Amino acid sequence: MADPSTIPLAHHFEDQEQQHETTAIGMWAFLLSEVMFFGGLFTAYLVYRNRYPEAFLEASGKLDVTLGTLNTAVLIGSSLTMALAVRAAHMGSRGGVVRWLLATIIAAGIFLGVKAVEYSHKFHDGLVPGANYAFKGTASADTELFFALYFGATGMHALHMVIGVGLMAVVAWRWRPNNVVQHPDGVEVLGLYWHFVDLVWIFLFPLLYLLGRHV
Amino acid sequence: MNPLTVTAVPKPKRNFWNHDFSVKSWLLTEDHKRIGILYLLSITLFFFLGGVMAVLIRLELLTPAGDLVQAETYNKLFTMHGVVMVFFFLLPSIPAVFGNFLLPLMLGARDLAFPKLNLLSWYIYMVGGVFTLFVVFKGGVDTGWTFYTPYSSTYANSHVIAAALGIFITGFSSILTGVNFIATIHKMRAPGLTWFRLPLFVWSHYATSLIMVLGTPVVAITIVLVALERLFRLGVFDPELGGDPLLFQHLFWFYSHPAVYIMILPGMGVISEIIACFSRKRIFGYRFVAFSSMAIAALGFLVWGHHMFTTGQSVFASLVFSLLTFLVAIPSAIKVFNWTATLYKGSISFSTPMLYALGFIGLFAIGGLTGLFLGCLGLDIHVHDTYFIVAHFHYVMVGGMVMAFLGAIHFWWPKMTGFMYSEFLAKIAAAIIFVGFNMTFFPQFVLGYLGMPRRYHVYPEEFQVLNVLSTAGASILGFGFLLPAFYLIYSLKAGRRAGPDPWQAKGLEWTVDSPPHPHNFETVPVVTEGAYEYGPEEVKRG
Amino acid sequence: MNQPATTSSPGEPASASYPLRPYLLVFFGLMGLTALTTTVAYVDLGFLNTTVALAIAGVKALLVVLIFMHVPHSGKIVWALASAGLLFLIILFLLTMNDYVTRAMVMGWE
Repeated sequence: MADPSTIPLAHHFEDQEQQHETTAIGMWAFLLSEVMFFGGLFTAYLVYRNRYPEAFLEASGKLDVTLGTLNTAVLIGSSLTMALAVRAAHMGSRGGVVRWLLATIIAAGIFLGVKAVEYSHKFHDGLVPGANYAFKGTASADTELFFALYFGATGMHALHMVIGVGLMAVVAWRWRPNNVVQHPDGVEVLGLYWHFVDLVWIFLFPLLYLLGRHV
Repeated sequence: MNPLTVTAVPKPKRNFWNHDFSVKSWLLTEDHKRIGILYLLSITLFFFLGGVMAVLIRLELLTPAGDLVQAETYNKLFTMHGVVMVFFFLLPSIPAVFGNFLLPLMLGARDLAFPKLNLLSWYIYMVGGVFTLFVVFKGGVDTGWTFYTPYSSTYANSHVIAAALGIFITGFSSILTGVNFIATIHKMRAPGLTWFRLPLFVWSHYATSLIMVLGTPVVAITIVLVALERLFRLGVFDPELGGDPLLFQHLFWFYSHPAVYIMILPGMGVISEIIACFSRKRIFGYRFVAFSSMAIAALGFLVWGHHMFTTGQSVFASLVFSLLTFLVAIPSAIKVFNWTATLYKGSISFSTPMLYALGFIGLFAIGGLTGLFLGCLGLDIHVHDTYFIVAHFHYVMVGGMVMAFLGAIHFWWPKMTGFMYSEFLAKIAAAIIFVGFNMTFFPQFVLGYLGMPRRYHVYPEEFQVLNVLSTAGASILGFGFLLPAFYLIYSLKAGRRAGPDPWQAKGLEWTVDSPPHPHNFETVPVVTEGAYEYGPEEVKRG
Repeated sequence: MNQPATTSSPGEPASASYPLRPYLLVFFGLMGLTALTTTVAYVDLGFLNTTVALAIAGVKALLVVLIFMHVPHSGKIVWALASAGLLFLIILFLLTMNDYVTRAMVMGWE
């Protein structure tokens, strides 16, 4: 484990333990707000799924399950690499932190790339809500709602991923060899954030992609 | 020289004001006290901006005809008045100014848990404020501060997206402040400062922070959805696409009802501090008051549908929300009873802060009780969207919250600045504000009950007398609000210097210099007694 | 939070204090559950499809929260915050749906 005496301690804290626990509580309180942020979207989904079950089933069938499952696997992989980055930080391994953060960034990049492909497919198929929406199906207007929620939710999720990637780049840069000693807490709270992003997708995936597969 | 008026005036010690006068040291400060002052300046500006809009509204309502401004302009006025007052004054006020300034002092800490985050909160607030100012100067938004769909999402021609963006950004300021306070209160209490020895101000800010963190994100995503609907026709609230405008209201009020508790809880914390000090007594039923703050925070999330009784919500859901609304009144009532019991057999001194606290109790009681009327389905059908509602929320927000804010300023001004203001002028201002306030808003209860709808710039002739009365009151109220600006600023030049504890109050903040040293405490205090331990000698001296 | 899961004695490498196994097990568990949920989605279970999908998602979420996010090691306050998030999310869902599912309801006096 990294030598505690070299880890920076902010002036307003008494000791490392207080700093560490306070930082963890702060991050969890922030994640609490993130839960409610996505909660609003899930509520909208719940309301409209309840109202228009057939339309949702039909619209969900237009999503690409292969790409969705692939992305889920990629994101889970990125959670693992992030957990390993946190582990490396606690063990004081600067190289490990940088390597595993880069791996996470690459995984995130793959996810976002696949998402971009999916979005472009939707655009070509006329499934983007708005002036060019073309999917009539049997339930017409109500399927547009599904796609509004699809783009809203996955878009918000992707935005959170982009922010996460930015933060990872910053943290990886700080952990580069020959830089001042960094606090493992930084990587740890980043890890909490990234796992949260994974959690959101764990619920988005079945609710968006797997609805009507059995019909 | 009259020895009675001169207190020894040594050169001021090193404090958080005078250790560095550069602009950079202010704009890049991590000192919670300086950040509190920065917030004080910004929210005062927004308060006066919102006040100007109120003046124009009341001027228009002097006559039944719409002769001062056009209907569209009037819609923009009441919208911007609401947006500015709610999001840029009421919500941040006490937490951002007094919470920031006092929490570390009350806890015996050197700063908040995350000082840099604190500064970021202020900058985020300012950016949101700039967006809103932009909206004001570009012609305003006319949807009402409640942004109901489908008007806001589809039909409005005003700057809805910019306004939504301003509010969205400022919401983050609130969330980050809440995060900071939660972490600070949990982990940065001085040795011996257990939860039940905390000042009630701290309890109320803890409860407020929970609401900030849990509620604000929901309104954030909601206005994002409105913006997306305007930009990309995403259609979540658009009936043409199968959407339900009422879903907007559910998501909006899920936050905006608890938001009113974000506004009032810190004020209640202030009142506890003031009442204890100027009765020279412990707060009666300390634990009840502490837990009632938590109960208000929790129950406050269960009642939002009472804003939607007339808009198409199911009758069953309305009944459920009505019942829950009656429940949430109970913890507020508990506070009022306990404050009153504290006053009983206390050694009361009618200082300016105490005048504001007593005013709060009475006016909040009226506002709160009328809230119960509104929670009653049958009555609400009659008075919803009338001036009864307007009067109700101004009684709790202005008669309650703003009084608490003014009380806080007058109580902690000597601590923050090291100067005393003119008690004589302050008491006069308090009286003027009290009279002006009631004259403005009490007639509005009557107007609402008689059927005058809100958000209309024209009204039937029979309502003119009460409207003129209300506007007259507003001019008195406005004058009253201006007075503190003058005598408080004047005190910085010519006021008597205050020592560490001019009110002989209990609490860790009164053990440090006025103004405090940048690092608050020379040595970390160790706490051995509960809050408000006013002993018999204190009672005599008060 | 993040006291090492086990403390290593002087001769052991630091990695013994931060074991790798739990993370790898969770990773494979999550992958397996993902494969499961996609496969089961094609089997017709009627209304149970959604329930099963959400149950699997719930298990995945628990694995992430408990192992990746170390909640059990993080103290009571973190537990309380995590639980509060879940609680208020449920409140948001329940009270909102309470309106929608009762819209068609006819009251006793109507």
